[in-house]
Amino acid sequence: MSDVLAVADHRRGELRDVSFEIVRAGRELAADLGGDLHVAVIAGDVDGFADRLSLEGVDTVHTVDAGEEFNHDLYAGATAALFEELAPTALLMPNSVNGLDYAPAVANRLDLPLVADAVGLSYDDGLEATREMYGSKVATTVEVSEEPVAVTVRGGEWPAVEDAADVAVEPFDYEFDEATSGARVQGFEEVGAGDVDIADAEFLVSVGRGIEEEENLELIEELVEATGATLSSSRPIVDNGWLPKNRQVGQSGKQVTPDVYLAIGISGAVQHVAGMKGAETIIAINTDPNAPIFDIADYGIVGDLFDVVPALTEQFE
Amino acid sequence: MKILVTVKEVAEAADDFEIDGTDIGEQYLEYDLNEWDDYAVEAAVQLSEAYDDVETVSVTIGPERSEETIRMALAKGVDRAIRVWDDDVAAADLDVAAKTRLLSAVVAEEEPDLVLSGVQAADDGFGATGVSLADEIGFDWAAVVNHLDTDDDLSTAHVHRELEGGIEELTDVDLPAVLTIQTGLNEPRYASLRGIRQAQSKEIAEFGLGDLGLDADAVASPIERTAMYEPETESDATYFDGSADEQAAQLADVLRTKGVVSE
Ligand SMILES: Cc1cc2nc3c(=O)[nH]c(=O)nc-3n(C[C@H](O)[C@H](O)[C@H](O)COP(=O)(O)OP(=O)(O)OC[C@H]3O[C@@H](n4cnc5c(N)ncnc54)[C@H](O)[C@@H]3O)c2cc1C
Repeated sequence: MSDVLAVADHRRGELRDVSFEIVRAGRELAADLGGDLHVAVIAGDVDGFADRLSLEGVDTVHTVDAGEEFNHDLYAGATAALFEELAPTALLMPNSVNGLDYAPAVANRLDLPLVADAVGLSYDDGLEATREMYGSKVATTVEVSEEPVAVTVRGGEWPAVEDAADVAVEPFDYEFDEATSGARVQGFEEVGAGDVDIADAEFLVSVGRGIEEEENLELIEELVEATGATLSSSRPIVDNGWLPKNRQVGQSGKQVTPDVYLAIGISGAVQHVAGMKGAETIIAINTDPNAPIFDIADYGIVGDLFDVVPALTEQFE
Repeated sequence: MKILVTVKEVAEAADDFEIDGTDIGEQYLEYDLNEWDDYAVEAAVQLSEAYDDVETVSVTIGPERSEETIRMALAKGVDRAIRVWDDDVAAADLDVAAKTRLLSAVVAEEEPDLVLSGVQAADDGFGATGVSLADEIGFDWAAVVNHLDTDDDLSTAHVHRELEGGIEELTDVDLPAVLTIQTGLNEPRYASLRGIRQAQSKEIAEFGLGDLGLDADAVASPIERTAMYEPETESDATYFDGSADEQAAQLADVLRTKGVVSE
């Protein structure tokens, strides 16, 4: 049999979106392979999660009732053990932050070739995956000449599977004692609270590394002032300490849904786009006509922000 | 204590580029120290400044050209460097497993207590080598670390792992360990003139596969890149042409029409 095993992701009692997307990726791949789709869910309220993961196209949900939250030793150990029991042709794991913390270990342990951060998958006489390179400026296809294979799947690339079905749930025994793990989770902390909640803003003026120097932020602040917008940014601006963390848009920052998102000197890296693609209208100013931000923009200016931004500010003064 | 830092020279594509076969044409690529590794280097150097008897060693898999990048790490305070390369490595398309084999051979040679690595490389974005290496060499690990404290006896690292959506996981990791470092962990220093001068005389040891007790099989990869293309754009953006003033005027109209700016 040429089965697929996909591992779900959850945090603090909630399945994360990528869990429903990886079911789609797994379902499509299992159809190409002519095998079954197995879904694994590890730690926490596994029975509750199994209910939610009983979805159209899933053949079996395997529950590993051990531990409360993500621990990479638990995830790596349980995934590898389940893999050995089921012997699937493809193992899919999410390219989430937790995926980054256990998937490479699983692939190494099982001696599987690893394709990371896939945005497309197909099978025809071998696995073919689509990935991006050079900050999403180009796409590539890679072929894997060995089986079985491990793949981590980028979030947001496959539509979530929503249709509930009646799926067999099988508990999988895996002994785990977190106290013996070399990495022990002590808790969680929320960061990025502050005076302004950029998630509430209707009009965000967002600045990226194209601004070059902290002093130059003044240009953007003048535009913000003249238009009554709210200021946000990509990650490097926060990493440099030029703006507080609560202004960061993206995967590890805030998710925003303004009416208008004006991205100035921002390339549009996938982790940034994850936070702002829900904006109603996206406008980008960038010197690089190939910047990936233009792929999702409604309006674009290929130009130098140091010329365009002052001219725009003038329009409102 | 010895800290090994993985340092990669990454390629960045010029604004206008052309694809040649399955890669961007060499003339359109510029090389630089991987952004994430810059933070890993800084973390290593800071630890060596905070504790007595810490040696920092960088390891790079890369051609002779990458010595420029390696000198940058040396100039920032890394004590010495290792560069792994030979004709077999050059001819291979290194996948995560191949990199893991090369780096674990270096670990066997150097016996570090801590390995610091960037979360991902900016060019191929696999984000997997550090954790794969940890598993291979039997170290504990933590991925996407954006805060690092160590116990006085350097037995445990207290780290924050940066999860999605502004949440951090607080985790204790026993040393020896591999930590993959996220940007923002610290403030990477600029190399001083003195550092740059000193870097010229620091050692960059070169290792081929044979020196590491490996042969060409170690870099064989079952993953082959078969095509590269510019992605089709999903949206068709309306572009504003003309001078900066003309572009700004058109954009201002859109903002007024959308009702987000009055006047
Ligand atoms: C686990 C993880 C989580 C992450 N989380 C986030 C996150 O939450 N948010 C986030 O933003 N990033 C995040 N990142 C980082 C992300 O991968 C990118 O590194 C980052 O978004 C790049 O920011 P940027 O677009 O400002 O900079 P760059 O990618 O350097 O882009 C700068 C852009 O400015 C343009 N430019 C330069 N000069 C000018 C000029 N004069 N006029 C106009 N344009 C100009 C350039 O053409 C370029 O496109 C994360 C990464 C990882 C690995």
